[in-house]
Amino acid sequence: MEHGDEHHRSTPLSHEKLAMWAFLGSECLLFGGLISTYMLYKNKLPEGTAISPGELFDIPFTSVTTFVLLMSSLTMVLSVSSITRGDLRRNRVWLLTTALLGAVFIGGQVYEFTAFYNEGAGFTTNLWSSAFFTLTGFHGVHVSIGIVMLMSLFIGNLTGRITKASAEKVEIIGLYWHFVDIVWIVIFTIVYLFPQ
Amino acid sequence: MAIVEDTPRELTTGQPAVAERPLGVLTRPTSTEGWKSWLTTVDHKRIGILYGAAAIFFFVVGGIEALLIRLQLARPGATVLGADLYNQVFTMHGVTMIFLVAMPLGAAFANYLIPLQIGTRDVAFPRLNAFSFWCFLAGAIFINTSWFLGGAPDGGWFAYAPNTGVLFSPSNGMDFFAIGLQITGIASLLSAINLIVTVVNLRAPGMTWFRMPVFTWMMLVVQVLLLFAIPVITLALFLLMFDRLWGANFFNVEAGADPLLWEHLFWIFGHPEVYILILPAFGAVSEIIPVFSRKPIFGYKFMIFSGIAIGFMGWGVWAHHMFASGIGPISVAAFSVSTMFIAVPTGVKILNWMATMWGGRLRFTTPMLFAVGLVSMFTIGGLSGVTHSVAPADTQQTDTYYIVAHFHYVVFGGVILGLFGGMYFWWPKVFGYALDDRAGKWNFWLMLIGFNVTFGPMHLLGLQGMSRRIQTYSSGQGFDLWNMVATIGSFMIALSVLVFVGNILQSYRTRNRRPPVGPDPWDGRSLEWATASPTPVHNFDYVPVVESLDDFWHRKWGEDEDGNIVRLATAEQIAQTGERRDVHLPSPSYWPLVVAIGLPIIGYGLIFNYWLCMVGGAIVLGGVYAWIMEPTDDPDAAHGPDGHDDHHDGDGDGNGATTDESEAEELEAPVG
Amino acid sequence: MTTASDSATVEDTVENDEEHEHISDWGYVKVALLLAVITALEVFTYFESVVDWGKALVPALLVMMVIKFGVVVAYFMHLKFDSQVFTRVFVAGLLFAIGVYLAMIMAFGFHPWEIFQE
Repeated sequence: MEHGDEHHRSTPLSHEKLAMWAFLGSECLLFGGLISTYMLYKNKLPEGTAISPGELFDIPFTSVTTFVLLMSSLTMVLSVSSITRGDLRRNRVWLLTTALLGAVFIGGQVYEFTAFYNEGAGFTTNLWSSAFFTLTGFHGVHVSIGIVMLMSLFIGNLTGRITKASAEKVEIIGLYWHFVDIVWIVIFTIVYLFPQ
Repeated sequence: MAIVEDTPRELTTGQPAVAERPLGVLTRPTSTEGWKSWLTTVDHKRIGILYGAAAIFFFVVGGIEALLIRLQLARPGATVLGADLYNQVFTMHGVTMIFLVAMPLGAAFANYLIPLQIGTRDVAFPRLNAFSFWCFLAGAIFINTSWFLGGAPDGGWFAYAPNTGVLFSPSNGMDFFAIGLQITGIASLLSAINLIVTVVNLRAPGMTWFRMPVFTWMMLVVQVLLLFAIPVITLALFLLMFDRLWGANFFNVEAGADPLLWEHLFWIFGHPEVYILILPAFGAVSEIIPVFSRKPIFGYKFMIFSGIAIGFMGWGVWAHHMFASGIGPISVAAFSVSTMFIAVPTGVKILNWMATMWGGRLRFTTPMLFAVGLVSMFTIGGLSGVTHSVAPADTQQTDTYYIVAHFHYVVFGGVILGLFGGMYFWWPKVFGYALDDRAGKWNFWLMLIGFNVTFGPMHLLGLQGMSRRIQTYSSGQGFDLWNMVATIGSFMIALSVLVFVGNILQSYRTRNRRPPVGPDPWDGRSLEWATASPTPVHNFDYVPVVESLDDFWHRKWGEDEDGNIVRLATAEQIAQTGERRDVHLPSPSYWPLVVAIGLPIIGYGLIFNYWLCMVGGAIVLGGVYAWIMEPTDDPDAAHGPDGHDDHHDGDGDGNGATTDESEAEELEAPVG
Repeated sequence: MTTASDSATVEDTVENDEEHEHISDWGYVKVALLLAVITALEVFTYFESVVDWGKALVPALLVMMVIKFGVVVAYFMHLKFDSQVFTRVFVAGLLFAIGVYLAMIMAFGFHPWEIFQE
């Protein structure tokens, strides 16, 4: 039998990037289910419920945190673009900025949750509140994991483990980060902006 | 997650790698022999064997549960199991057989065979593969410890909420169910991603999509189904867990929750799951039948596309599990029609297997018997399935033993017969000795007859009106005779499994007294037969080059001018010997096991004491970071005397850096 | 053996991702500006005094959502310039999610066309 090239690949694709895209495709089913559950239960809230989302939501405040998360996507691509060029200093700056913007978003979410709780809407209060906290909570956990990964990249950059050669790692973490952002795009429209 | 070292992985100088040790303390295990090496192995073949061994162990456990059920139901008014214990036993029988037997048995074949059949040395992410196994085992043990910690799950494997809420199921059993299946779900999801990347990226030169064996194709469809179905059940289990542990309202009907939400989410996962279970068996049979018919598979592309069609349509039929739940006439009509349609691609497969056998030179070895057993028994189960698709008939059949008969004909008659055939077929390749054929035939006939004696009468019981899941029944309803018959049948199945285990032991003991099996004992067609038996650790001495479908067969056999089949070469002449010793393989690792141990500790913590969650979380987090930071390779490992590093498959580990980030978040994301 | 002829087509499906058209940093900023403008438009719908969208509100919100989603995926996530395989894997998940959950919601009595009638 003739011998093939030892390093043969049937496609030029990176293992890791393909794995990440497959994972994100899978995540669509997770968030899709959470969003559908939310929509179902928002409309099933019994008449005369004391706590209604329309009164609780502070749209101007959430718009600001939404904008912050959107801009973190910009700083994320800038960090990818800088490491592709080999500009480690800018990469560091943009990674840290992205993580900080993410942290601001999480801070906003913690504030929002606290405010809702103080107004009487806890996790167990009614159908809507359980669905709301679960959906946005799942998203918040994803953002937090993203922040941990970004900070690991940042430290890697400082200690010299992240170099131009590792640009793809930054790009793959970036994919995850952008995915979390597009999930928020959907949540912001469906949860906050749809007429209550 | 990106603290990684960037040691050069390809050495152009021919010198051994002088890898830095990033933290000094992290080294990679080196042993490849002894039982400890099984804990750190990243070899897809060993992982496949581990999956298989675990599945057979749980098959015995689930089988004992089944025998207890049959003993309780053998006679009216029996008191072998109380009602509460009966609920636990039948729930755990279903959970065990589906999640801890059929799925890992499929994973065993997928892990072992996919890299061999596509001609590569390992999967794309070897350490992730090891983690998938340990994670599965951790989840499986976690669920089963519920027996000793206050009671097993008692709400059925389908766990219909709100019936599985704290109100109706106050023990911790359903918590173990929800958390344990999330842990095994992580295993399935990561394994699916791993194998998809493997099939896309690591096929041998010339191994185009339509030269891949049907088995690999079916397994690819299964991995895609897992990729998209696992998040749905994960979500449903999270909601159930939040309800049970922290008082959320998702299934709290008092607060206005819709009890159908769980049913929808569960069956959106549950119906693809049915195909996740059966397609590996279809794949195995599609390899066995051509070999023992000495004919290529009939309608290769039809087999592939019908498999893809089953996988695709499997997403559009879930509500046929809910015809009796009041989903409304439009939904019932739509899902009824889609369910009838899905019988078509399955029928295509049955016909193609029969056409493959037609006019072939049949050899009824044990694997072939099991394969034919699948074709016939699955057809019976498929036909009773079509009767369910007719919604008016289904409302009569729902929750009766007719349903139990149906799904055992497809799952036992399909999955178990098919994969038992697969075990007899590939045993020589995996272990280097064949299972005894005469004992195998005893195994087959006992199993086939026992199976029909057990589940055949259940059709009658169901149509007579006997309900599923009942703990006992009174005499005089006409159930007595057939229940006794079914119980006798179940002990015949148990006997056949004993024969199987005895066959393994006896064949192992006498392996040296019988002629060696050689690389190709059955005159096989696909690439796994083109290397030595048992498969050498590096799979292939040299990466094979593929020129056609059934390439290995066409190198052994050709046609002369008159169209007669003539032998071109023997398998021994062309198969690789596996004697090469300088192939560089990914180093073993401790961390997949460590991370997997952390997960059930978090699970116990959620149920009993949140401090344990901190411990488990610390183990997981520490394990993940150690995983990322361990050296890409063992620096002391012997490199080839020619100084040639063979990193063909090593990217998961050889290039470990990037792998690990994506792994890290995949690890963390589903766990939350 | 029917399959020898298929070999050519298959390797072709794997796009060569050599054609990496890299967007400049300024290009990314422009994309982000577009996203910011759409977000601002979305938020303005909340203040009904500015524009009364009437029945068009929900469809308009959905269109803006889809545009933002698409722009982030295509440009920030590079999908427009990357291999088709990535697109297929991701879009498969997305379409399965939309199809399955829409069917589920409809089975619960929600009709998608009603959003145009509010």
